[in-house]
Amino acid sequence: MDGQAILARLAAQLGPAVRETLAYRGDHTAVLALEGLLPALRLLRDDPDLRFDLLVDITAVDYLKYPGREDGPRFDVVYHLYSTTHNHRLRLRVPVEEDDAQVPTATGLWPIADWLEREVWDMFGIRFEGHPNLKRLLLYEEFEGHPLRKDYPINRRQPLIGPRV
Amino acid sequence: MAEPTTRELFLGEAFGDPSQPLHVNLGPAHPAMHGIIRIVAELDGEIVRKADVEIGYLHRAFEKDCEAGPYNNAIPYTDRLNYVSPLINNFGYCSAVEKLLGIEVTDRCQYIRVAMSEISRICDHLTCVGASAMELGAFTVFLYMIKAREYLWELVEEVTGARLTISYGRVGGVRADLPPGFDLKVKRAFGETRQVLEEVHTLITGNRIFKDRMVGVGVLGPEETVAWGITGPLLRAAGVPYDVRRAQPYWAYDRLQFEIPVGRRGDNFDRYLVRMAEMEQAMRIAEQALEGLPGGPVQVDFEGRAIDPAVFVDRGKQGQTEGLLLLPIALSPNLEGQDRRARERVTAPDKRVTLPPKETTYGSIEGLMNHFMLVMDGYGIRPPIGEAYVPVEGANGELGFYVVSDGTDRPYRVRCRPPCLPPVAALPAMIVGEMVADVIPTFGSVNMIGGELDR
Repeated sequence: MDGQAILARLAAQLGPAVRETLAYRGDHTAVLALEGLLPALRLLRDDPDLRFDLLVDITAVDYLKYPGREDGPRFDVVYHLYSTTHNHRLRLRVPVEEDDAQVPTATGLWPIADWLEREVWDMFGIRFEGHPNLKRLLLYEEFEGHPLRKDYPINRRQPLIGPRV
Repeated sequence: MAEPTTRELFLGEAFGDPSQPLHVNLGPAHPAMHGIIRIVAELDGEIVRKADVEIGYLHRAFEKDCEAGPYNNAIPYTDRLNYVSPLINNFGYCSAVEKLLGIEVTDRCQYIRVAMSEISRICDHLTCVGASAMELGAFTVFLYMIKAREYLWELVEEVTGARLTISYGRVGGVRADLPPGFDLKVKRAFGETRQVLEEVHTLITGNRIFKDRMVGVGVLGPEETVAWGITGPLLRAAGVPYDVRRAQPYWAYDRLQFEIPVGRRGDNFDRYLVRMAEMEQAMRIAEQALEGLPGGPVQVDFEGRAIDPAVFVDRGKQGQTEGLLLLPIALSPNLEGQDRRARERVTAPDKRVTLPPKETTYGSIEGLMNHFMLVMDGYGIRPPIGEAYVPVEGANGELGFYVVSDGTDRPYRVRCRPPCLPPVAALPAMIVGEMVADVIPTFGSVNMIGGELDR
C-alpha cells in the first residue's frame, strides 16, 4: 500500500481521532488525538494489509519556540513505524499539552516501547500511563529537569553526586 | 543455633534454603563490556535468572548539542555516534538534511558515499567478530582482524585525513573527492581482508570450542526479534531478510548487485556467519561502486543543479574577473581537495548549501559573499519548515535521522535512531535462562557501541 492509501484507511477506521494527514518530501504522517493513539497503533500492527510489525522509534519534539506553535500543544510524541512484510513506513504524531503531559504506553504492543518511552520521559518529562518501569534511561535519578525541553539551557550545570552509600 | 561450619557456610546450608540467588554486577568497567554498560544479573548457581541492563554512562547530549549550532556543525558529533563506522553516520545525517531541503546529490557523490559506507561496514564487522572471538579465547582471530581493519582504516585516512573523527560528509556532498589511484589501493586492501576472512573461517568456523560456545546460544526467534525493534545482522540471522539498502534503496544501492545473507536459527553462530558473509558482500558493493564511479560533479546546490562556480561571477563583471578566477593559486595543504575541479565533482551545485571552491572564494567578491553567507551566524543552510526521517543501513541495523526544521539555520530537533539500542534492550530476553558464561558471547554478538547507544 502506498502512503496515501494507508492514511485513508487509518482515517476511515478511526474517524475524527485522526486530526490531520500530511505528506511531505515522501514521508507520510498522521496527526492523532490522544485517545486515538492506542487504537491506531493496534490497528496498524494487526491489520493484515498494514502489518506495521516494527516499531522503529518513539521520540518527542518540544514545540515551545516553533513558529506557529507558540500557543498550541507544547509537545508532539512521534512514532515511526515500518512493516517488514509490506515494506512501507508511517509516522504518527500525537500532540500533548504541557500540564500533566501524559500518553498511554505502547509497551503492551511492542516490548521495545519500554526503553524508548523511558528515554522520552528522561529527555522530555512526558509520562507514559501504564508503563511498568518508568524511570530515567540515560541520565541518573538525581538529575533535575528534562534536558531536551527547549526551556532547559544548554549550559546548565547539575550538582555532582557521589556514589550511593 | 550452633556456629555453622565452614562447609555449611560455603554451601549456604547454614541458612536453611541451600540455594539463594546471587547478584552479580557485570560492568560498568568490565573488559568484555565493549563500552561502558552495566548488567545486574541475578544468578541461581550458574544460571542467569533475571537481568537488568543499565545504560547512559557515555551520554553526552548529542541531540541537544545539534540544536545549538548550524546544520553542518552537527557533523563532527555524528562521527562520535558509532565510532567504528563513523562515515555511515555522517552520510545518514547529511541525507536527512538533504531530504529536508529537497535536493539530490550528484551521481559521483552517491557512489563515493556507497563505497566509503561499505568500507566502514567491514571495519565494524571486523571489530565485532574479532572482539567477540577474542573473548572466547581466539586471540589470533582478533589480531588478524585488527590487522585487516588497519588496512581499511588506512584507506579511510587517505580519503578523509583522519582514522576515526573523519567529518567527511557535508550537506550537499562530501568534503573532497577520492585521491588518485584509490581503486588500486582498495583492491590491495580488500585482497588482504579476503585473506584474513579465509584464515578466520579456517580457524573458527568449524572449530569445536567456538561452536560449542556459539551454536544455540542467545537465541531470539524472528517474531520476537521484530517485536523488539531489532534490525541489521541480528534480524537477518533470525531469518528476516530486511535490509534498508534493498528494501528502500538510497544513494546508488539500487544500481549495484549484492546479496542479503540470511541465517536460520537466530543464535550467536548465525549472527557470526551473517556478519562474515556481509563483509564479503560489502567488498563486492564497494568494488562495483568504485568501478562504476561516474565522473561529474560531487556537490549540488539547493535546487539539485551541479555547482558551476563560474556562475557565481556576476555576468556583468565577467570580463574583469575571468582572468582572476583562472589564476592558479597555491592552496595550503589543509585545503587539499578544495580546488574547483575536485570540488565540482563531489558536491551538489547549490549555492545555498555547499561552500564555493577556494579559488572562487579568494578570487571573486561573489564567491567571498557566497562563502560568508554560508558560514555567518544566522545565515547558512536554511531548510524550509518541515520534518524528514531518513533511514540508512548502519553496520548494526537501521540508523535513522529525524530532523525537524523551523526555517532557521539551526536544526530545531535532531533525533538519531540508534541501531544498537533495541538489541541491548532485548539483552535480558537473550541471556535469561542461560549460563552466566554465555552472557559474554551473546553480548559480543549484539555489538554494542556506547557512542550511539548513549548518544
